[in-house]
Amino acid sequence: MDMLLDGFATALTPINLLYACIGVLLGTSVGVLPGIGPAMTVALLLPVTYNVSPEGALIMFAGIYYGGMYGGSTTSILLNTPGESSSVITAIEGNKMAKAGRAAQALATAAIGSFVAGTIGTVLLVALAPSVADWVVNLGAPSYFAIMLLALVAVTAVLGDSKLRGFISLALGLSIGLVGTSTGQPRLTFGNSLLADGIDIVVVAVAIFAIGEALWVAAHLRRRPLEITPVGRPWMGRADWSRSWRPWLRGTAYGFPFGALPAGGAEMPTFLSYITERRLSKHPEEFGHGAIEGVAGPEAANNASAAGTMVPLLALGLPTTATAAVILASMQSYGLQPGPGLFDNEPELVWGLLASLFVANTLLLVLNLPLAPVWAKLLRTPRPYLYAGILFFASLGAYSVNFQWFDLLVLLAFGLLGLAMRRFALPVLPLIIGVILGPQLEYQLGQALQLSEGDWTTLLSEPVAVVAYVVIALIVLVPLVARLRGGGTDPLEKELDDLEKEVRP
Amino acid sequence: MPTDVRDPGSRRARAAWVVVLVTVLTAVVAACGVTRGADEADNRRLRMMIPNSPGGGYDLTGRAAARVMEDDGLTGRFEITNVIGASGTVAMQRLLNEREADDLMLTMGLGVVGAVYTNRSDATVDRATPLARLVEESEGLLVPSDSPFTTVEDFVKAWKADPGSVSIGGGSSPGGPDHLFPMQLAQAVGVDPREVNYVAYDGGGPLTTALLGAKIDVGTSGLGEFEGQIAEGSLRVLAVSGEERLETVDAPTLKESGVDFAFSNWRGVLAPPGISDEQRDALVTLLEEMQDTDAWRDELERNGWTDAFQTGAEFEEFLVSQDARVEDTLKELGLV
Repeated sequence: MDMLLDGFATALTPINLLYACIGVLLGTSVGVLPGIGPAMTVALLLPVTYNVSPEGALIMFAGIYYGGMYGGSTTSILLNTPGESSSVITAIEGNKMAKAGRAAQALATAAIGSFVAGTIGTVLLVALAPSVADWVVNLGAPSYFAIMLLALVAVTAVLGDSKLRGFISLALGLSIGLVGTSTGQPRLTFGNSLLADGIDIVVVAVAIFAIGEALWVAAHLRRRPLEITPVGRPWMGRADWSRSWRPWLRGTAYGFPFGALPAGGAEMPTFLSYITERRLSKHPEEFGHGAIEGVAGPEAANNASAAGTMVPLLALGLPTTATAAVILASMQSYGLQPGPGLFDNEPELVWGLLASLFVANTLLLVLNLPLAPVWAKLLRTPRPYLYAGILFFASLGAYSVNFQWFDLLVLLAFGLLGLAMRRFALPVLPLIIGVILGPQLEYQLGQALQLSEGDWTTLLSEPVAVVAYVVIALIVLVPLVARLRGGGTDPLEKELDDLEKEVRP
Repeated sequence: MPTDVRDPGSRRARAAWVVVLVTVLTAVVAACGVTRGADEADNRRLRMMIPNSPGGGYDLTGRAAARVMEDDGLTGRFEITNVIGASGTVAMQRLLNEREADDLMLTMGLGVVGAVYTNRSDATVDRATPLARLVEESEGLLVPSDSPFTTVEDFVKAWKADPGSVSIGGGSSPGGPDHLFPMQLAQAVGVDPREVNYVAYDGGGPLTTALLGAKIDVGTSGLGEFEGQIAEGSLRVLAVSGEERLETVDAPTLKESGVDFAFSNWRGVLAPPGISDEQRDALVTLLEEMQDTDAWRDELERNGWTDAFQTGAEFEEFLVSQDARVEDTLKELGLV
């Protein structure tokens, strides 16, 4: 505890506070723009570190990381244009809330949820980092495969009222996930080396959500009366608070461990959090029309995962995300070697960094909460201007990744797919899940089997995997047994009825 | 009270928001645009292309070189772009497309040579103008601390007895240095490369995880990212691949361990095809001047790179031989 207080003494010096401010602001702005992420920003700032103290640089980088996790949500909610892969799920309910005049509440629950999750995550990090890190390396490909299979089974809950349409959408997503040469053989690349690395989930999401919608709106502009986005109250009401705090905590519970796992990442926990909230919600009918739980949970999850990432990074020198890898490189350029020795050798730096994570979180809340109602007014921009802005913003983001016109073509092609999906009432979420899960599922299965020389029993060789398969069996069998007993009110059936009003244009 | 957008009273507010929106977007564009203008007339503007994402090996090398050239006043400003795709094939293709562009350099290396083949691209390195090789990095054979292998001999013995049972992980996809090293080592010790059980990890982080969790038997990678784990003893180095030992790591070379084989990952700089000899010589002179600075020596030390500066006909021959060797290895593996 004393060490943490010393850490605050380091973090709260004016110069380090300034670096935290810069980091948080930079992070938020790159989080907003699709295409440019925190990893790239930190990498581009690496040379700056030669003239800055190690504490200052690391504090700034941590601020960028946390800020990036938060910033992606703003455009997800307001413009249906996710800035980062970790805020793709946020767009689903968040943008619906915004359209119902509840943008300020969505932004606020995202900001406060991020703060709560980031703070709890950082507390867990302080408490656990030195001791718990070792077991994370023991999870191998079989466990990851099982966990991802579990997530895929959970997708069935979001297929929508028409199973056929849901599966079509999922199949589309899995096919998009096949593009690339990740297996060593080119698949669906059409001989084009620009497709060799596959298609970025952010580009797919921006195209399907934002471009697809803009085209849809443009196609109906003259035939339908202009809908005016109602202007709601600027702050969260009592009901919003009472519906948000549980999702925040559950989102944190998902995000932190996934962040700490080497192959966990930030997308899986946001998705699992969304599914959970949807199952547990007392207002399931609101899902698909802007349920606040669907924003609160995933936004908490992505910030908690950022805190989780710091556990293996500091304790083992193990980067689990691209951003963490670049932060590691910067530590090494100072001659610092993360690992068990770091806490003993560089206590001032480590605790200063941990304290600055609390500071960064608080700064994010202070900066963003008052801005929520201000941003929400952006939606009062007349629709032709608004959608022109969205199209411009989305294209800029896709182009800025690589300065390739080809990326714009991909964006437009998937935008047309998004338009077609709206026309034929295909739900969007299964496609997004397919793109995220498909490649990872395949990679983990391939790796597990390669390491076991093709022996399938390897899939049951890790306890975590066995537990995941048991849960899968329960998810599949329990409703089945209930139905066979003729109970009539099958919970899954009931839920599916409730979901009848699926995401529709 | 809710206000209707079409209410004339809010027209001014609406206009204000449009202005804000436009300003924000313009600011964003300005921030993303490549920096042009503010040109010093007597200084040449050069472009440096990096074939992977920021923070990767080529990025660190290319940016360090450009920074040294800028800071020591050897040239004007560098415009640096990361052209990401297919492990460098996309950037290589773009370099060849910019025929006769005398202001462009591409940082590349062994991984790009291999990637061009595994991606079945015709943008091979021998079509570009070679400028210089800059740095070299030794690969290492890494094992977890409780591995049964204590020497290269143990490893090779087990490997020869049953190649498939020894899993080897590396941080690069097929065609990259971490993949080429074990394959060429296999050829050298008499193991059929097609029987090597190579598992590709997505970079150093996941590879470290797999090694610490003993998911793989042996790891092949540059050692920079593993210094912490090596120092604290959770990973051991059986041997380093280069001709000489490393100062930072206490491990023998392969040759000292009785395997007559040496391997180095290298990085260098190419220019587009079709530039004149004078233009090429000017760029080579610039790189020679850069290599001679203290700032560059600092960069080498900071990043743990070995100086492997080479230009002219020597570098050209080296490129040709590397190209042929990589093609040979990948052909034997059936990847070309």
